[in-house]
Amino acid sequence: MVRVLLFGRLADVAGWRERTVDPAPATLSALQRLIGADDPQLAEALAGVGVRTAVDQVLSRGDVSLDAVKEVAFMPPMSGG
Amino acid sequence: MIRLQAEPFDPGALLTAFCEGRTQTGAVVSFSGLARGEAGAVTDLELEAYPGFTEAEIGRIAAAAQARFGLDDLMVVHRIGRIAPGETIVFVATASAHRRAAFEAADHLMDYLKSRAPFWKKEHGPDGARWIEPTEQDQADAARWD
Repeated sequence: MVRVLLFGRLADVAGWRERTVDPAPATLSALQRLIGADDPQLAEALAGVGVRTAVDQVLSRGDVSLDAVKEVAFMPPMSGG
Repeated sequence: MIRLQAEPFDPGALLTAFCEGRTQTGAVVSFSGLARGEAGAVTDLELEAYPGFTEAEIGRIAAAAQARFGLDDLMVVHRIGRIAPGETIVFVATASAHRRAAFEAADHLMDYLKSRAPFWKKEHGPDGARWIEPTEQDQADAARWD
């Protein structure tokens, strides 16, 4: 089981901010395909330029295993200040 | 000290508190970022963070800045939630023995906060709402320190 979080415009596109996926897919890329499978707009937004991922609150690069992972976040380009 | 808060704050009071009791610091630099109303086009800003992760990420850059510039101390306070024009969104203060390090560290921290810290910013106005993404200038500003 993995908790999936969307931030910024990704949450607006999806119409949700948090959901649980159970069982958790084996990898981050499989999770991304799964949550975008029934929502082409979200799939496109997740594949957009500058979208970052954090796995258990650590920024990830490339595909990673979700074995024992509790939380995955998809984050569009960041803008503070 | 790094803090996210939904409530408005007084940057002057933060600066006064930050300066208190310093006998070895020669320089304190502060920056306050205010929400712009854009002549009525923006009625308020909405700042979203990733609780826990956002503080941790700012903590990492703050620790790196403290080492890089040899700071005595630093403070970052950032609003989250709805922010009205004229209110302070972000306050950064840096303390060092001499002024150059304090100026550069504050500049560096703000460049980081604008485009690399986990915040998402939405403008609300009479014509609807839109997400703000960092500009090329914001990206170039942050890249100066890489």
